Amino acid sequence: MSALLNHRLAVPAVLIVLVALLPLVLPSSFYLRIATLVWISAFAVIGLNLLMGYAGQVSLGHAGFFGIGAYAAAVLPAQLGVPGIFAVVIGAVASALIAYLVGRPILRLKGHYLAVATLGFGILVAMVINNEAWITGGPDGIAVASLGIKKLLKSAFGLKVKTAELWYWIAGAMLVVGAWVAVNLVDSPTGRALRAVHDSEIAARVAGIDVARMKLVVFVVSAVYAALAGSALALFNGFITPDTAGFLHSIELVTMVVLGGMGSILGSVVGAAVLVVLPQLLTMFHDYEHLLLGLLMMVFMIFLRAGIVPGLRALVAGRGAA
Amino acid sequence: MSILSVEDLGIEFGGLKAVDNVSFAVEAGEVFSIIGPNGAGKTTLFNLISGVYTPKHGKVLLEGRDVTGVGPHLLARKGLSRTFQNLQIFFRMTALENVMVGCHRHERMNVFAHLLALPSVARQNEATRAAALTLLSRVGLAAYADTVAGSMPYGALKRLEIARALAADPKVLLLDEPAAGCNPVETEEIDALIHQIAADGVTVVLVEHDMKLVMRISDRLHVLDYGRTLAEGTAETVRRNPDVIAAYLGSHGSKEAARAFG
Ligand SMILES: Nc1ncnc2c1ncn2[C@@H]1O[C@H](COP(=O)(O)OP(=O)(O)O)[C@@H](O)[C@H]1O
Ligand SMILES: [Mg+2]
Repeated sequence: MSALLNHRLAVPAVLIVLVALLPLVLPSSFYLRIATLVWISAFAVIGLNLLMGYAGQVSLGHAGFFGIGAYAAAVLPAQLGVPGIFAVVIGAVASALIAYLVGRPILRLKGHYLAVATLGFGILVAMVINNEAWITGGPDGIAVASLGIKKLLKSAFGLKVKTAELWYWIAGAMLVVGAWVAVNLVDSPTGRALRAVHDSEIAARVAGIDVARMKLVVFVVSAVYAALAGSALALFNGFITPDTAGFLHSIELVTMVVLGGMGSILGSVVGAAVLVVLPQLLTMFHDYEHLLLGLLMMVFMIFLRAGIVPGLRALVAGRGAA
Repeated sequence: MSILSVEDLGIEFGGLKAVDNVSFAVEAGEVFSIIGPNGAGKTTLFNLISGVYTPKHGKVLLEGRDVTGVGPHLLARKGLSRTFQNLQIFFRMTALENVMVGCHRHERMNVFAHLLALPSVARQNEATRAAALTLLSRVGLAAYADTVAGSMPYGALKRLEIARALAADPKVLLLDEPAAGCNPVETEEIDALIHQIAADGVTVVLVEHDMKLVMRISDRLHVLDYGRTLAEGTAETVRRNPDVIAAYLGSHGSKEAARAFG
C-alpha cells in the first residue's frame, strides 16, 4: 500500500481520479468554474514548487511569467491575427527565453537578494503591461478571443458543450499532464541534482553538478508552467487585467506553494485549492472575510509547518508508527 | 608525472596567510597525508585544490594539466573528488539518493528526456541506483539505503560522504578528517575503508587528526603549520622531525604530542 502511494505516478493518478469525479458532486457550473480556477492556479504552483520546494530558489516575480502567457493569448490574436493556440505556444517560448535571460544574472544571487531581484522582475512586467495601453489595454484590461474549440466540437462532432465544462476538462487535463511532467523531472538525474543544490550547493558542485545551469533549467521550466497557466486563465476568463501579472498575484502563488507544502506536487494542488476556495467560502462572513482568511493561514502554518500535505503525511505516519 | 601536484600555492584572508607557498607532488596510488595543528590551513588547502577557492598565487596540476581556478564541478569530471570536515550531506534526501547524486557525472543530462520520462531515463535511474547501492554496501550502510540522511547517526554520515565521493569514480580522493568525531570502532572501519580504496588504485590525500591512523596508513606525510610547509616524508622521518614535534607541543601541549608521536 505505502509502496503504491510512494510510486512516482501516484500523484498524477490521484489527480486523474479527482478531476474525473469532482463534476459528479459539483452542483452547478459556478462550482465548475471555481474548480477550473483551482486547476489553473495549481498548474502554475506546481512549476513554482519545482523552483522553490525542490531547488530551494525563491521567486517573488512569477506572476510576471503568468502575465506574459496571459497577455500573449490576448494580444497576439487581437493585434497580429495569430491563431490562439499558436499565441499560447509563443507566450510559453517567450517566457522561457525571458526566464533564461533574466535568470542568468539573478540566479547567482541567494536568499533575500534573489527574492528582491525576482520581485523587481515581476514589477517590471506589470508596469510594462500597465503602461503600454495601446497594445495591452492598460489598467482596464483586455478582452481575449476564444480558441473556437466549442465551435469546432460542434461542427466536427455535433457535440454541444458549455464553456464552463469545456474549460473544466481542459484545465483538468493540463493539471494532470503538468503533475506528470513534474514528477518525471523530480525522479530523474535533474531532479536529484536540484534537490542536492537545495541541501548543499558546495557538495553538489563537488559531485560534478553545474549548479548555475541547474538553477537556470528549473527557473525556465517554472516560467513555462506559469506562462501556460496564464494563457489558460486568459482564454477561460475571456478577459484579463494587469493584476494577473502583479505583485499580489506573485505573493499568492508563493503562498500556495508554502501552504500546500514545499517539495510536494500534491501539496501544490491543495495549496491552490485552499487559497481559491477558502475566500469563496468565507464571503458568508462579510466584513470578517479577510481577517478569517489571514487567521486560518496562520493556524495552518503553525500546526502544519511543513505545509498541509507534508504535515498531514507526517501526522499519519506518526499515528501508524505509534 | 605526478597525479596531483601543487606549486607555490597561497591564499590570504584579510592579511592572514592561510596557505603560504605550499608545494608538493602526490604520486598515483599512494596515500598522502596532510597533517598539522588546528588552523594550520589543511582544509583551506583542500578548498584550493578542489576549486572551491581560487588561489592568490601558485598552481594546481591534475595529471600534469594546469587546473588552477577550474570550478569544482569541472574538476569532478576530471576525476577529483572530496569529502568535507564539517559534513556536507543532502539531509533531506535518503542515503541512497545522496550516493546517487555522487554518480551525477556519469549520468546523461538531457532535460527533455527527464521531463517526459523517456525509457532511457528509467534505465539510467536503475543503473545509478544499482551503482549507489553497491557503494552503500561497500561502506557498510546498505541498511540505511532508504533512511533520510537527516536522521542518520554521525558516524554513518561520515561514511556516507565517502560513498558519495566514490560514486564519482575519482582518480584522486581528498578526505578531510574522515574519522573526526568517530568512536574507536568507527575509526577502525574508516581505516579499513581507506585501505580498501587505496588498494583499488584510487590516490588518497588524507587530512586526519587521529595520528595513529595517519601513521599507520600513509605512504608519505606533508606537515603544515601556520599555512607553511614544516616537513615532508615518511611517517618515520616526520615523527622524528624536531620542528614537527615542537609545532605540536606548542599548539596542543605535550600530551597530544606524546599521543601523536609516541
Ligand atoms: N573563508 C575563510 N575566511 C577567513 N578565514 C579563513 C577562511 N577559511 C579559513 N580561514 C582561516 O585560515 C586558517 C586555516 O584554516 P583551516 O584551513 O580551516 O585550518 P585546518 O583545516 O588546518 O584546521 C584559520 O586561521 C582560519 O580561521
Ligand atoms: Mg580543517
